[in-house]
Amino acid sequence: MIKVENLTKRYGGFTAVNGISFEVGKGEIVGFLGPNGAGKSTTMRMLSCYLPPTSGRAEIAGFDVFKQSLKARERIGYMPENVPLYSDMRVTEYLRYRAALKGVRGRRMKERIGDVMDLCGLRDVERKLVGNLSKGYRQRVGLADAMVHEPDLLILDEPTIGLDPNQIRQVRELIKNLGRHHTILISTHILPEVELTCSRVLILNRGRIEASDAPENLRARLHATGDVRLEAKVADLEKAKDALAEIAGVRSVTATEEGEWAVFAVGTEIDADPREAIHALAVKQNWPVRELSRNRVTLEDVFTEITHPEE
Amino acid sequence: MRKFFTLWKREVAMVFRSPAAYVILFFFLLLTGFNFYQTVNLINQSGMPRLSVLEVYFNTPYFWFGFVLPFPLITMRLFAEEYKLGTIEALMTAPVRDTQVLLAKYLGALFFYVVLWAPTGLYFLIFWWQTGLSAGSSPGVFIGSYAMLLLLGMFYLAIGCLASALTRNQIVAAIISFVAISLLFFWGLYSLWFPNVSRLLREFTEYFSPIAHMASFSQGLLDTRPVVLYLSLTALTLFFTFQVFQYRRWKV
Repeated sequence: MIKVENLTKRYGGFTAVNGISFEVGKGEIVGFLGPNGAGKSTTMRMLSCYLPPTSGRAEIAGFDVFKQSLKARERIGYMPENVPLYSDMRVTEYLRYRAALKGVRGRRMKERIGDVMDLCGLRDVERKLVGNLSKGYRQRVGLADAMVHEPDLLILDEPTIGLDPNQIRQVRELIKNLGRHHTILISTHILPEVELTCSRVLILNRGRIEASDAPENLRARLHATGDVRLEAKVADLEKAKDALAEIAGVRSVTATEEGEWAVFAVGTEIDADPREAIHALAVKQNWPVRELSRNRVTLEDVFTEITHPEE
Repeated sequence: MRKFFTLWKREVAMVFRSPAAYVILFFFLLLTGFNFYQTVNLINQSGMPRLSVLEVYFNTPYFWFGFVLPFPLITMRLFAEEYKLGTIEALMTAPVRDTQVLLAKYLGALFFYVVLWAPTGLYFLIFWWQTGLSAGSSPGVFIGSYAMLLLLGMFYLAIGCLASALTRNQIVAAIISFVAISLLFFWGLYSLWFPNVSRLLREFTEYFSPIAHMASFSQGLLDTRPVVLYLSLTALTLFFTFQVFQYRRWKV
């Protein structure tokens, strides 16, 4: 659906996107991650035919975004960052105008506008002026606009920015449902959202693609497993540490004391899960245990590891 | 074509929905009405050469003042507002051609210009109804005056369009077009202010003088030279606007 080869965008001396290449297949939901200024919006603007690339090429459904821009645009539903809308129009009027621009006419226009309004929950504001809508509704109008001509590809630039947690959940559900019929490219800062909705993640940093994989594979790539945490009452801290260190798969053990409880952070080797052995040890030694858990590696850790914000 | 019409309707709707349009219309009518009153007064003065109402109406300083003023106001928001609000991004990612957008905006502005001037026709109708006399000596006078009004309007609206495409700030756009239109306009007065200039320079400035053009057209003397001049200048300015519009996207 999307094919990008060596896509580059330079603004004067600044390179916003530096020769990226990737492909997105039909039906995929791809999350675009990256710190601010990584080139996400610029890439999306080039894909949606708004900005011409400095060099390289991009194809949408087989149409070049620069040479066959009109054909490509017919197949894209694009929702720009911050959702610019004409504030003097009413919701239905705006959608009718946008549908007409995208070549949806007559009976089909009526059907489509009804469909997207139901889908995005816009029925109760259809007569309102766009300028008077709340942020959440504006976002939904933008989404409805992007979908109104039944595009093959949806490009959504930060669709959940500025929404409250309930609205974010609603939009996330909506996007998940859309994924059944559309290919979706979505950029966001909210990492749990990506884990919940996307089948693949592209991490962009300083105009380059740093990683491209399924969220669970990315996690696996960072560390196969996380550290294990054990909180127990032990007689002798040092002896307990040594005992834990002897378990197979354990790389390191550090211990701290919290009152009468000892807290162990057990570093593990790749692909090892020593929890069962730790439990067995605790039973054997008769340690009262109040917690035995493993920290899951989150996408946030992956993100931090890959983009190195501290540099 | 359908998309162009959708875009054009949107432009017209946007104008007539803003209160500013009615403020402009109101004061414009006040000004043109005052001009008409002054015209009739002037003609009634003794010692005036025999001129038709139309001829006087389209050549008074009041007319020119009212004529130049609305252009920056009509055109300043065309592109600047879309840049500022970011709606240009939504607009240009829809499958519409750049030329369609440009022409829709330009012709939308032209439509408002026509609406602005159309009521002045009523003045001459009222004059005819009250006095039983035609305001112009022949149909050519009407055709000439309004044709020149349209030609000049087309060119100056194109300048305003260009100014608006250059910036995201409406005030800046208004100032650019106001200065450009004023310069072009006063260029024609050059030989009037400096009567001792050479014949060549006088002829040259008169060739570009809207005042000279209007003077001859409002007598019913339809000259093809100004027609060609203004049509080609309009086309050229719109071509520049198109280039600027595209260039900004390359740059932004």
